[in-house]
Amino acid sequence: MNLRMTLATTTRVLGQLRHDHRSVALILVVPALLLTAVYFLFENETLPPGFPRTFDRVGLMMLAIFPFVVMFLVTSITMLRERTSGTLERLLTTPIHKADLLFGYALAFSIMAALQSLVATAVAYWVFDLDIKGSPGFVVMIAVINAVLGVALGLLCSAFARTEFQAVQFMPVVVIPQILLCGLFVARDEMNEVLEAISGVLPLTFSVDALKEIAGNADATATMWQDALIMGGIVLGVLVLASLTLRRQTR
Amino acid sequence: MTPLPAAIEATGLHVSRSRSKILRGLDFRVEAGRITGLLGPSGSGKTTLMRAIVGVQRISQGSVTVLGRPAGSAPLRHDVGYVTQGASVYPDLSVQANVRYFGAMHNATAADTADAMAAVGLESLARHKAADLSGGQFSRVSLACALVAHPKLLVLDEPTVGLDPVLRAELWERFAAMAATGTTLLVSSHVMEEASHCSSLLLLRDGALLAQLTPAELARRGRSEDLERAFLTIIKAADRGQEERQVTT
Repeated sequence: MNLRMTLATTTRVLGQLRHDHRSVALILVVPALLLTAVYFLFENETLPPGFPRTFDRVGLMMLAIFPFVVMFLVTSITMLRERTSGTLERLLTTPIHKADLLFGYALAFSIMAALQSLVATAVAYWVFDLDIKGSPGFVVMIAVINAVLGVALGLLCSAFARTEFQAVQFMPVVVIPQILLCGLFVARDEMNEVLEAISGVLPLTFSVDALKEIAGNADATATMWQDALIMGGIVLGVLVLASLTLRRQTR
Repeated sequence: MTPLPAAIEATGLHVSRSRSKILRGLDFRVEAGRITGLLGPSGSGKTTLMRAIVGVQRISQGSVTVLGRPAGSAPLRHDVGYVTQGASVYPDLSVQANVRYFGAMHNATAADTADAMAAVGLESLARHKAADLSGGQFSRVSLACALVAHPKLLVLDEPTVGLDPVLRAELWERFAAMAATGTTLLVSSHVMEEASHCSSLLLLRDGALLAQLTPAELARRGRSEDLERAFLTIIKAADRGQEERQVTT
């Protein structure tokens, strides 16, 4: 690992994004707009007194899911371009370490994800009065971990796609099962055993669990930290797998 | 006279890709501080040979030694520059950002970046996005990204394709100047007239080495000052030789 090369990679990836105003705008604005839609979707629901709004539950989870989905897509396409344009092969003839490249990517997109979730969380918190007991800072933290998870999975999946078209097709495979099973639609303890077992090993489940902890407790709980730690472990594991797909030599 | 130290030495080099034999038993040495041309028709294995030399192509048999070490070994990554046929740079970055990024892998300074851009005549376009440049300018960005590292061995795959005659002449002058300061250059081309700029030529055909000679020897052996015709004569002679061998066996 070489900090200079890692940071150069981060700067380069952010530089590529900076020239692409439309993508930056989409990354920053779309989650906040969708959140607005969700708010108005449940605007007229009638609730028994003391019962939490659906928006408080769904909106909160969406704050974690957006960065995951967006960063997965952005990363898998960017990395695929790197693989197909020859720049990856060229980079791997230089002294750069694979970890520099992967962490450079992860850092660049985490910065984007942090900005994205700051905008979305601010909108949810101040405009729509998102009602959570814990600190919104922890919500942003979980969102960023989710984004890095998206980056790691995107880097890995780009190895199995030859075209951008194929890369996009990985979204239904990698992302949608996690959204279905994370506890957003059906609480995990109401699922049948098979689905519950699968949901228990999917990374997004841990972040939804962490968000529930943040929503229900004024202070950070041990469960939340444990969830965050497990997520971090999964991210590192996926990054190691992704590094195995970067080969300096081809057959 | 002691022979010049070899920058590249290949012995019995075989490369197969997906069961077809691309290179079949090459033996040659490339002298340091010279321009060596790698010539041959398209599909003769030039790119595969270059990739084996820079260490991105797995070798099936034999060996390639570069600057005294096995090709592709980690210490060589500072010393070997590779410019691929299609420009491998980031089209959505400026010229300067591209050169600076590849320079960062070799601890290059801002002055190194400026020098590399000036060397390929792109200093006035430093802030332009690479995607907005013309084809020839775009491929020169790729070259600048290799020059910024001050490599001891520079491997260039068809660097002059798509360049106008003035630029091509300038580039060859640049290569000669680099060789004069001790850089070894291996330049592939399928345009025979470029052979005259090289001090040694490797003639490749169907993955085998037809000959290693100087441009003057090529002209003599091919019985033509026109190197294109000389090369064709040698190919024909080689084909005839092969047929005769097949008849006798």
